[in-house]
Amino acid sequence: MMYRLDISCQTSALSELRAFLQQALGSATLDEIEKHQVTLAVEEVCANLIIHSHGCNPKDIIQLEIKDSDKKLIFEISDQGEAFNILDYEVPDLKKVMVEKRKGGLGIILVKKIMDEIEFESKNGTNTCRLIKWFRS
Amino acid sequence: MLRLEKSQENEIEILSLYGEVDASNSVILDEAIQEIVASGTKSILIDGKNLDYISSAGLGVFMSYLEDFQDQGISMKICDLAPRVFEVFRILGLDQLIPIFPDRAAAFAV
Repeated sequence: MMYRLDISCQTSALSELRAFLQQALGSATLDEIEKHQVTLAVEEVCANLIIHSHGCNPKDIIQLEIKDSDKKLIFEISDQGEAFNILDYEVPDLKKVMVEKRKGGLGIILVKKIMDEIEFESKNGTNTCRLIKWFRS
Repeated sequence: MLRLEKSQENEIEILSLYGEVDASNSVILDEAIQEIVASGTKSILIDGKNLDYISSAGLGVFMSYLEDFQDQGISMKICDLAPRVFEVFRILGLDQLIPIFPDRAAAFAV
């Protein structure tokens, strides 16, 4: 199965994204807690792009594609904004985030802890972040 | 959608969260905590019984107060999180930085 959603670059689109993911993940071989976490990880990447790469410009669009097989789920998040390679960002230390009162950085920790594989490529002006979750069974 | 409700019990300021906290509304949570702090309280309880979802934007709000609260002797506790929401706190290690209780009674007892 494959699912596709175009997301307008505004934070109010995030609830629509969650509703879409809930539906798309309905039949996936993940328990409720895992579905919740995977939803969160995809939202964190999209929120980062909306806010930092697109400056919340609602005319800009992020494309999300979900592909599932019997072994894994692949979330492909593509955009044409400023490249944000999550793999280049070191996972910040939680205490450091606390002391510096940074409200950012936590999303990256969540994505890296929740997803099994993360890939990033930038080609012909399109950036693609691929998040992969393997089924445990 | 996020809705907040403030109440008081046993000299503790309680902030109950209803719905979902994400990057579109975490500023509302931030403002509510600021207002509670401005009231001069030394004890805040965040009631998460009706909190369905929280992303890093909301978790970051809690994180941003931790050091100041330590310096000012303000205690912040969280109670009644659904297992899937608690898991998010646990993945980040926030359960080691903020005391989280199964319900209000347990939070009041400490």
